[in-house]
Amino acid sequence: MADLVTLSSLAVGSSAVLREFPKQGVAFLRLREMGMLPGTTLTLVRTAPLGDPIEIKVRGYSLTLRKSEADHVMVEPAAGSTMKMTNFQ
Amino acid sequence: MNPPPTQPAPARAPASVYALVGNPNCGKSTLFNALTGLKQKVGNYPGVTVERKVGTTYTQHGHPLTLIDLPGTYSLAARSPDEAVTRDVLLGRRADTAMPDRIVCVVDATNLERNLYLVHQILDLGRPVILVLNMMDVAEQAGLKIHTSRLEHILGIPVIACAASSGRGLIDLKLALSRTDLPLSRHAWDIPPAIAPAVSELQASLQDNDDKPPLIARAEALLLLTDQDSVRVAGSTPLSARTREILQHWENRWAADGTDWAAALVNARYDSIGLLTADIVSTASTAPVGPSRSDRIDAWVTHPVWGWCIFGVIMATMFLSIFTFAGIPMGWIESLVATISAGVSDLIPPGELHDLIIDGAISGVEGVIIFLPQILILFLFIGLLESTGYMARAAFIMDRLMSKVGLNGRSFIPLLGSYACAIPGIMAARTIEQPKDRLVTILVAPFMSCSARLPVYLLLIAALVPEEQVPVGPKILIMLLMYALGTFGAFGFAWLFKKTLLRGAPPLMIMELPPYRLPRIRDVLLQMIERGGLFVKRAGTIILGLSIVLWFLANYPKVPENQPEVDPLSYSMAGRAGHALEPVIAPLGFDWRIGIGLIQSFAAREVFNSAMGVIFAVEETGDEEETRTHLRDALRAAERPDGSKLFTPLICLNLMVFYVFAMQCISTIAVVKRETNSWRWPLFQLGYMTGFAWFVCLLIYQVGHTLGY
Ligand SMILES: Nc1nc2c(ncn2[C@@H]2O[C@H](COP(=O)(O)OP(=O)(O)OP(=O)(O)O)[C@@H](O)[C@H]2O)c(=O)[nH]1
Ligand SMILES: [Mg+2]
Repeated sequence: MADLVTLSSLAVGSSAVLREFPKQGVAFLRLREMGMLPGTTLTLVRTAPLGDPIEIKVRGYSLTLRKSEADHVMVEPAAGSTMKMTNFQ
Repeated sequence: MNPPPTQPAPARAPASVYALVGNPNCGKSTLFNALTGLKQKVGNYPGVTVERKVGTTYTQHGHPLTLIDLPGTYSLAARSPDEAVTRDVLLGRRADTAMPDRIVCVVDATNLERNLYLVHQILDLGRPVILVLNMMDVAEQAGLKIHTSRLEHILGIPVIACAASSGRGLIDLKLALSRTDLPLSRHAWDIPPAIAPAVSELQASLQDNDDKPPLIARAEALLLLTDQDSVRVAGSTPLSARTREILQHWENRWAADGTDWAAALVNARYDSIGLLTADIVSTASTAPVGPSRSDRIDAWVTHPVWGWCIFGVIMATMFLSIFTFAGIPMGWIESLVATISAGVSDLIPPGELHDLIIDGAISGVEGVIIFLPQILILFLFIGLLESTGYMARAAFIMDRLMSKVGLNGRSFIPLLGSYACAIPGIMAARTIEQPKDRLVTILVAPFMSCSARLPVYLLLIAALVPEEQVPVGPKILIMLLMYALGTFGAFGFAWLFKKTLLRGAPPLMIMELPPYRLPRIRDVLLQMIERGGLFVKRAGTIILGLSIVLWFLANYPKVPENQPEVDPLSYSMAGRAGHALEPVIAPLGFDWRIGIGLIQSFAAREVFNSAMGVIFAVEETGDEEETRTHLRDALRAAERPDGSKLFTPLICLNLMVFYVFAMQCISTIAVVKRETNSWRWPLFQLGYMTGFAWFVCLLIYQVGHTLGY
């Protein structure tokens, strides 16, 4: 198993598989309910002009997150991943 | 857990109540409007609808059906007040709304998995459900193929493919709505074994100790286990001690053995959804590849340089249009009013009644209604921004700046909406999760220059910038300055409140960015006309009434015959009130006549214009030959007793600044009272905003006066 990194440290345009989430914390339950579960593939699409928040693509839709939340999400970078957008609108 | 029994719901009287439920921005309100013919606000960002709205549609046989449009939510475990509205209506907790006996679940077909999570929770409620797959047009463009009949077969409920915005599928939906024998879903899922006993125990206790019907008790038990904050789940009716005890017991036990119960429940639902969608969605080989249209647009809109330029250009275009395109229709309104006045003058002989109608009613209403074109342009722009999807992007690029003052980008949407009117802005704050952030947003929202201030600014700018020949540049600049002042005021006070009164954790910024859509012209225009209509209605009712009242106050009591030297306006009731206020406002450079306008403005800001119209018409009645002059010319001509001009540039500016900061709107106060559930915050708001306005104006006038302006 590859090393885990935080979601916020992913390079723009790269994909990763979500592995670990903190158990507690208001934000994370809602993110789970929105379909971010261990095993889900995410793509970091871009960061906002001022560096925060970030936009990720998950299950075909776009979601914004602050870096302070993304810091607690551990992901496993997909091998050799580059800009790989889903086909959904 | 046993699957809910598969049997048709008993045939009932056709007066069914249907709730429209779904994720934010999936098209519920569009569907609601198409079915009921009502005009619920529609926009392309999550969180447009924040309150329930009841409407009527008809079955194919013409029987009425009640339809309730609800705020969108991702889960029944509500996290913000708008989501709580949906949860409470569905669970029958709202006294003012009948519990819907049937549910229409609207899902965005381009995004089935996430949308089905809520559907999954709703099916647990054991009520007849119709599943609407909306946005089928978008799904097809993206090359998604959805096997509706298979889904229908697995779930055992009607599944209808729709495109609400083009009306596709509406007939099928109507047929389904008309059915008396809607089946219950036969879908079942497995609650994780570690958690199932807790659900049963909680359900039993909710039934016995909290008087909940069985299926609602089960749904609430599941919600209590998904959301750690049980107070939030329980809503206004707190849990019984016994239920709390059971919950506590299980939570302690799981905490000890390391079970992540909430995650397990969510995972179990998504597992079940995964099985469901596996055979239902397929991607056509012709599906477009590479970045989508929205991605390509966003590359510009959220670009570190171009993003800000685009934002600036949009704002500049908006203000430029307000000044340039409005001139012609304003001329029409002016000549229309002139024709009416002339007609009235011919009909009614000179005298009290004549003056009341011409100087009171007509000139009062004209001072406001003349600005209808500008208001319509403003609403058109805001409507376009809201319906394209730009709003959510603005929130995205602004978030960092907003976080500097302790708010988040989501607060930006209510604040931007407050440019139209603070009331929908304050309502939109319901989408903000943390109560303190929501309160701060509500407290500062009225600083954003609303459309009621626009007539006041425009009048004062017209009085200030001398001739019509002057290019619009300086006028726009002054206007922008006022809007900027209000915006800075809002941010500054937000920062102050977050530092002092309402300290709290930095807010979250979890927001879905919807794909860009071409605005539906029909929706944008309807919205503009609807709001413009409200403005006209206000002018025809409140403003008309206040103008007439003011005319009486400004004309009575009459000066006794034996004291011809007394100024009639000073002698009148209004004049006395103005004089009484004068000591407070004289340090700001305002005289008692402006004071009359300020007092009236506490009812509604635009009444200032009517008040000026009435007051300065009153002053000029000595001259019977007087032709109707523009209000701006009347203001320019107005003098102080010593013969100096009353509306000097400094005074005009200072007045505008006062209107930027002061809280002068009874309707806003009433809404803040309702939204915060106490008089404390609206009164605080009234005090701090008006106090601040007074202080700033004092500073400006004293400095300006000393410098010789
Ligand atoms: N292409 C397409 N767009 C649609 C369809 N239905 C709705 N829309 C658009 O989707 C956006 C959201 O529509 P709304 O009706 O406001 O969505 P809502 O579910 O009421 O949203 P909230 O009130 O925020 O929960 C609007 O821009 C609509 O014009 C559809 O079938 N096809
Ligand atoms: Mg809606």
